[in-house]
Amino acid sequence: MRWGVVTFPGSLDDADAVYALRDVMGQDAVALWHKDESLQGARCIVLPGGFSYGDYLRCGAIARFSPIMKSIIAFAADGGLVLGICNGFQILCEAHLLPGALTRNRTLSFVCERVKLRIENAKTPFTRACRDGDLLRIPIKHGEGSYTAPDSEIRQLEERGQILLRYTDDAGVPTDAANPNGSLHSIAGVANHRFNVCGLMPHPEHAVEAMLGGEDGRRIFQSIIDSAP
Amino acid sequence: MQFLVKVFVTPKPSILDPQGRAIEHSLSSLGFEQVQSVRVGKFITLQLDAPSADRARDLASRMCDQLLANTVIEDYRVEVGR
Repeated sequence: MRWGVVTFPGSLDDADAVYALRDVMGQDAVALWHKDESLQGARCIVLPGGFSYGDYLRCGAIARFSPIMKSIIAFAADGGLVLGICNGFQILCEAHLLPGALTRNRTLSFVCERVKLRIENAKTPFTRACRDGDLLRIPIKHGEGSYTAPDSEIRQLEERGQILLRYTDDAGVPTDAANPNGSLHSIAGVANHRFNVCGLMPHPEHAVEAMLGGEDGRRIFQSIIDSAP
Repeated sequence: MQFLVKVFVTPKPSILDPQGRAIEHSLSSLGFEQVQSVRVGKFITLQLDAPSADRARDLASRMCDQLLANTVIEDYRVEVGR
């Protein structure tokens, strides 16, 4: 399956995402430049982590207006699969492809650690290689990952099963102590209401090899491979 | 006509503002116990050309809706001067 990984000025994890897809998952991954408009036939687009446009104004606010984003917004409107990781998640929120917003961590510090995540809905293209309640161990590294949205929106996300991942303790309980950034309802990942666009603060591309601390991130990529049209 | 437009972007009251809270703690430890609450936002100035003050305000509001503010989490206020 062909994947497109976008590079914005200031993207950091684009090469790691290509490596994870190409070398580890055996996929056909092409690099896309933010000034391009062609998605080169990719069936899933990845917006990687980093600090696009220096995080000026707000994280993701400027990247949202890149030429490639026009194509990605049209691709998503046609049902194409889009995965935003960390800064990519922020960009998707700014582009209104996902609900809510990501704000400064409640501790005001950058967090860089491995976290436990519970699969909340395994019936989506991004989680289908998992089962509900499965616990994954994947790293996070961000300063602005506190997910927030109006109460009514959060209620809707809960009702429709759009919350895909939650931060939990080792026992799989989403306690306040296990919430690394203050996200409402311990939300670590959400999907849009059509379930073809997903944003995650954790980095699955950094959890694909046992030698580097774990392979749980593969299950996110495998889910997408299993559900590609 | 040239206008100087001031844009104030602030977190919505319902949004937690950890920066504001940290400053509040710091002020209180400096002895400014009178401070009840602190909120931190952005102040943006725009020099722009527009036929009237109303038009300048309208332009700045559109800029806020599209880019300068994220209306999911932020409110904005526009002041037009010369």
